[in-house]
This record gives sequence, structure tokens and C-alpha cells, in this order.
Amino acid sequence: MNFKHKYVFLFPGLFVLIGILIFPIIFTIRLSLSGWNSYTPEMNFIGITNYIRLFTDDPRFWESFFRLSFLSVTTVILQYIIGFALALIVWREIKFKRFFRVIFLIPMMTTPVIMTVIWRTFFHESLGPVNDLLGNLGVEPILWLSDPVIAKFTVIIVEVWQWTPFMFLLLLAGLLSLPKEPFLAAAIDGASPFRKFVYVTFPLMAPISIGAIIIRLIEASKIMDTVFVLTSGGPGTATETSSFYIYIKGLREFQMGYAATLSFTYLVIMIISLTIIAKVLTKLMIKE
Amino acid sequence: MKTIKNYVVALISALLVLSPVAYADKWSDQFPHIKATGDIPGECSYEAMSKKNYKGKTLKINTHAVPVMGEPTALHAEQFAKLTGAKVDVTHTPAGDLYAKAMVPFQAGQAPYDIVFGFSNFINDWKRYLEPVPKKYVEMKQMQDVTPSHIGIASWDGVMYQFPVDGDRHYLKYRKDVIDNPEYQKKYKADTGRELRVPQTWKEYGEMAAYFNGWDWDGDGEKEYGSAEVMKKDDLMYAAFYSRSAAYSKNPKTPGGFFFDLKTMKPLINNPGFVEALTDWVAATKYVPPGGINFGLGDEIGSFGGGQTLFSFSWDDAFVAAMQPDSPINNKVGAAQLPGAMKVWNRSTNSWDEGFNQAPFFVWGWAVGVAKKSKEKEMAFDYLCFFANEANHQADIGIGRFGVNPFRNDDFKADVWTQIGWDKDIAQSYVDTLAQMEESKNRVFPLRVPGTFEFNAALATAAAKALAGQLSPQAALDEAAKQWEDILNRVGKDNVRAAYSVGVAMEDNKL
Repeated sequence: MNFKHKYVFLFPGLFVLIGILIFPIIFTIRLSLSGWNSYTPEMNFIGITNYIRLFTDDPRFWESFFRLSFLSVTTVILQYIIGFALALIVWREIKFKRFFRVIFLIPMMTTPVIMTVIWRTFFHESLGPVNDLLGNLGVEPILWLSDPVIAKFTVIIVEVWQWTPFMFLLLLAGLLSLPKEPFLAAAIDGASPFRKFVYVTFPLMAPISIGAIIIRLIEASKIMDTVFVLTSGGPGTATETSSFYIYIKGLREFQMGYAATLSFTYLVIMIISLTIIAKVLTKLMIKE
Repeated sequence: MKTIKNYVVALISALLVLSPVAYADKWSDQFPHIKATGDIPGECSYEAMSKKNYKGKTLKINTHAVPVMGEPTALHAEQFAKLTGAKVDVTHTPAGDLYAKAMVPFQAGQAPYDIVFGFSNFINDWKRYLEPVPKKYVEMKQMQDVTPSHIGIASWDGVMYQFPVDGDRHYLKYRKDVIDNPEYQKKYKADTGRELRVPQTWKEYGEMAAYFNGWDWDGDGEKEYGSAEVMKKDDLMYAAFYSRSAAYSKNPKTPGGFFFDLKTMKPLINNPGFVEALTDWVAATKYVPPGGINFGLGDEIGSFGGGQTLFSFSWDDAFVAAMQPDSPINNKVGAAQLPGAMKVWNRSTNSWDEGFNQAPFFVWGWAVGVAKKSKEKEMAFDYLCFFANEANHQADIGIGRFGVNPFRNDDFKADVWTQIGWDKDIAQSYVDTLAQMEESKNRVFPLRVPGTFEFNAALATAAAKALAGQLSPQAALDEAAKQWEDILNRVGKDNVRAAYSVGVAMEDNKL
């Protein structure tokens, strides 16, 4: 029997896949081999010149990448800890459980750019309310956005506030789907709440935790809007991340070919790093 | 019978004499924006536009966000639509994206916008995609009044590509109620041994700003600070740095380039003149308001215009905003040329030339052009001509938030400003400052070469690193100069030289 006609049914899906995933990647690779910019607006071929420039003469990209690693790992760890704690609180039978569940989700439902503008206003060093309040308590103005170290933590605060609810949502869904039996057995054995968490809840939640952490790491590594609105990568380059740097090269300086090189390299690095991170987390968190 | 005849003659005479007034009233009733002047006769007046018929046609404009330039664009679009029957679609875009928003379709051979707003230093990259301004507009009366420097800024090799709607330069703004205050003058003298006066040099600027930093010197119960400046990376801060550098680096004895040595195309931005300016600027981080290192143009306007600082320097907007009736420092501000320096770097002798030097910076400003591929070029130019007609222009320049600043000879008359409520001496100091800049023979014009954005961004990043303490001024500018060399190699030295020579000719008073 000839089943060749079955391939016809694959075409629509394949066509969409090629259109929305394969073509942009191939186009980006081709663009990365060109010198397209504002003064040479054409898809010429310059070989691996852009890649040589990236690996030999662009420390700013690598600095922004390591900064991004610090920011995304720190924010995701904090989001996981806080999100897990909040999920555990509303997992139990407490008063106004539904109300708290909605409250905890509000930051995620707001528009990131708008909220970042509001945070920027809060943290404005001379006109914002945060320093004003601290001033009333006798604290000197804190340079939330203009000190290279503090500005990083300001970005972390905003990111954690905005995206902890996402972690909370995934972990709460995980907690609600856990089987009851292990908890009953632990209760019969007289396990304390702490031991119950360490030996029952946490191990059972490990697969979901890994999924949630990886999803958030992927999202956090694309951090752009918060940095763009809050600090514009400053002071200096203190909060510049990879995606913001690629944006500057591509859409501010119009170095399209070079920006494509950065994007493709970044994609490869992210695929490799996230695969390694997922494997390490699985090894650490899931015991056979 | 004779009496009736006399009445008729008198009536006709009165109508003839009063017709311009009645005519003005007719349009200002309908368009309150021009109530101060009424319509002013001209080729692109309200009256002239009302005779055009663009019904059924659509004009698409990409402009800046509201208010700066975005607000007058939208306002005049609405007026133009009412007068001509055209449909006008206005898209508002943040400043940082104006370039790419036009450049992407330009390079793809498309024209989603008939009119694109941007900055005057885009001209080199944009000119091949823009329609030159037709002769009939270039020769119009309203264009004849535009100053030669702004005609030069809007043109390339004698061809006008950008329709003049704005004129920009950086100059000093100061709190007149402090600098001219005899008590403060006495106190300053007693405390420092120096005169309190309009700062003549950047060193004086720094000393005064540091002295008046962090205490309540205007008695409003709030702390005030020394200076508000655009220090935020990628937010026009490179322009602020060029302003601070001009006095130390633009030496009238060494023509042939401010940014590069035109002969060798060696970047000059890490020479001791620029390093001195950046060193001053790093010191300035100590006398800006808390968070001042992250101030963009909007913050600077808000800070100085809100009475928070003693000094500021950048575009006209902060000054005009400060002079508006609702400003807390209305009629308490003064204008002067950018401070100078008591030494200027001489790259020929590789040493400092001692003596006072001052160099006005004709920074880039708002510019607008018509896409070559637009199908509505005539309507587009009519809109721009209407935007900048005399009645609209006079109304626009008095509104600080609009970002429309003087670029016509008539704007340099004090009466224009006293009519909108400015004190006479302030209006005079303002127009004198602008006129002196026009007359100066030691001016700096913005960089307008292929890759302008890359050059400016590299410089801004380096300067920002110095301001944030990540690098020393010398190391930061060395890094920028190295990047400028790389950009030159990518773009081609000859390409950059060819374009740069046009700007150098303007700076060397040869155009």
C-alpha cells in the first residue's frame, strides 16, 4: 500500500514551521554574513568578518552577556524562592485564599513598560517618593538608578516584582496537582512541617520546579523593556544586557549585519547554556 | 448725494484698510492657536491653504512623540486637514526610534510615510531617500528669512533636503535671581574670593555650581542644586559633551576639523582638549541633583524649568519652558553663550594656547523631509510650508514644550518675546545670545557623516563610562577614539572625509 499521500497532510504544518521558525533563522544567519548598515544598505557577502569582530574586538558584548547572566540567575532564584513561599501560603486552607491568589497575580497582569515607568518614577533620586520617604526617616538619598552597583539591584527588584507571580502560578498549579497519599503517610509518621517540605513537597515539586525555572530563565535572559525604560543600560554600561546591546547595534546604530551576528551567536550560547542548566538542575533536584 | 458718496468712499477705504485685520480675525477665530497674530499673508498662510483642495487624499506623517515636535505636528495636521480637506495620519515615535522607523522602509524601497521627522544630523544617511525641497518653496518669502546657518544645516552641497521648521543651538541658561543678586554676590565673594557673575569659563561654571549645590538658595523649602545636564547615555548626551568640549578643542588657529583632522582623518576626540572637557564633566556629577547622571533631555528641562538648579545648558526648550507664565521661575532666568575656556588645545603645536576661547555649538535640531517615493509630494511640501508659515511659527516658538526654536532673522528681535510676556532685559539677553552665536566665526556644527550614529554612540558610551566611574576620562576617550578608527575603516575614510569636508567648510566659514 502506498502511503505517500500522508506527506500531503504534513505540508500545512511544515509550511508554517518553515515560515515562522526556519526562515527567520536562516535569514538571520545570512544577514550576519553581510555588512548591511545605514551606508551600505544591501545584503552583500563579507564572510565571517562580523564573527571575527565579535570574538576579537567587542568586549562590550561579552560584558553585557555576563551581566545578563548575573541578572537573570539572581532574579530567577529570588522569584523561585518568593513564588514558592507564596504558593505554599495559599495552597493551605487560609482565609481569603482566592483573594490572595488574585492579589499575588496582579503584577504579572500589568504592562511591563508602564509599570517600569512607574517604578522609575518611584526610584527617581531627587523627585521620586522612595527617597522622599527615606529622607523623612533621616536616610540620605540612595542612588537607585545612578550608582553602577545599586542600579543592578534596582533592575532586579523590578524584575522580581513583575515576574514572581508567574513562578507563583506555575508552582501553585504544581502543588495543587500533587498526590495526597505521601502527605497522609508523612502525617501518620508524625513528620514536622519542615520535614514534610524537605522530604515530601520539595522532591515531588522538583520536575515542575525545573520546568518553571527554565521557562523563567529563558524569559529573563531576554530582559530588555525593564532595562530600556529604567536605566537605558546606564549608568555607563552598568545595566546593559545582551538584548539591549543588540537593540542598540541594530536599531539605534543600524548595523543590521552585525546585530544579526550578535543575535545568532546569542541564540547558540543560550541553547547550549540552557541545556546544560536543565541537566544540572535535574541532577541536583531529582533523586532516583 | 455727495454725503452718500462720501460715506461709500469712507466705507470702502475703511474696508481696504481694515481688511488684513478682518482677514486675520477670520482665521484666528477658527484657529485659536494663532490668536496673537491672526493669519499672516504669505504663500502658505491659512488663507492660501484654504484655497487648496486635497479632498480624498491622505498624507502620512511619522513624527516624534507628544509634546516635543509631536504636538505641533499633530496640531498643524489637524488645521491642514480642516483647510484643505485632506486626511492626515500622524504616527508618533520615540526619539531613539525615529531614524530606524524611516530607514527600514527607505532601504526596502517603500514609503509608508510621506513626511518623516528626524534630526538634522540624519541628513547624510537620509538624503538619498528624500525629495529635494522644490525651488518654489526655497524661493518663498518665508524661506528668505531663515538664517544662513540653518539653510546650511538643512542642505547638502547646495541642495535643500530638509524643510526648515526648527533652529537649534546649545547655550547657557542661568538663574538671574541668584547670579544678579547683590547679597549672593557679596556672600560668594566673601566665601570664595571670586566674583559671582555669568560664568565666562567652564571652570567658573563648575565653581559656582558646586557652591550653590545642595542647599535652599531660593527659600522655597527645598534643596537646590548646581546644574542640570543631559548625562544619560544614548539620550543625546554626546551633544552635551560636544558643547562642553568646544571651548577647549575648537581652536580658530587650527582649521580643518573639530572631530577629525580632515587631512589624515585621525579622530581628535581623545586629544587633551576633549579630555579636559570630560574631566570637568566628571566633576559635574558632584553638583547635579541626585540622579542627575541619568537625566535625559526631558529631565533636564523639568529640573531647570522647575527651579531645581542654578545652571543648565542645552537646547532652547528649557529656557522657553522656564519663561512660560505657569513656570515657577518665570522671568527669573537669563541666557548667555556657552562658557569658554582660558586655554584651547592646538593640535598643530601639540600644546595649549593660553587665552580666552569660546565656540558656540550649533547642535542638530528637528528636521523634516518628504520621501522621494511619496505619491503625495506636493501635498507634503504644502503641509510643511504651512507648518512653518509665519503665523504658526510665531505661535509655536513661544510654547516651550513644542520644541520649535528660532531659526529666522525675525526671531532675533526682542519684541517677538516681550509680546508673549518676557521681561525686556531677558528678551534682549536671549536674542543677543542667539545673534552672537550666528555671528561667531568659531562655531562647531554637528557631525553629519555616514555612520554618524555609530560615531556618536561610541562617544556617548565612553563618556558615560567615565561619568559612572568605570573608566578615567583619558581611558574612556582613548576607547572612543579606537572605536572611531574601527568605524572609519568599516565605512571608508574617503567616504567619511568627503561628507565631513562639508561640515568643516561651514566651521571654517568657507560656506
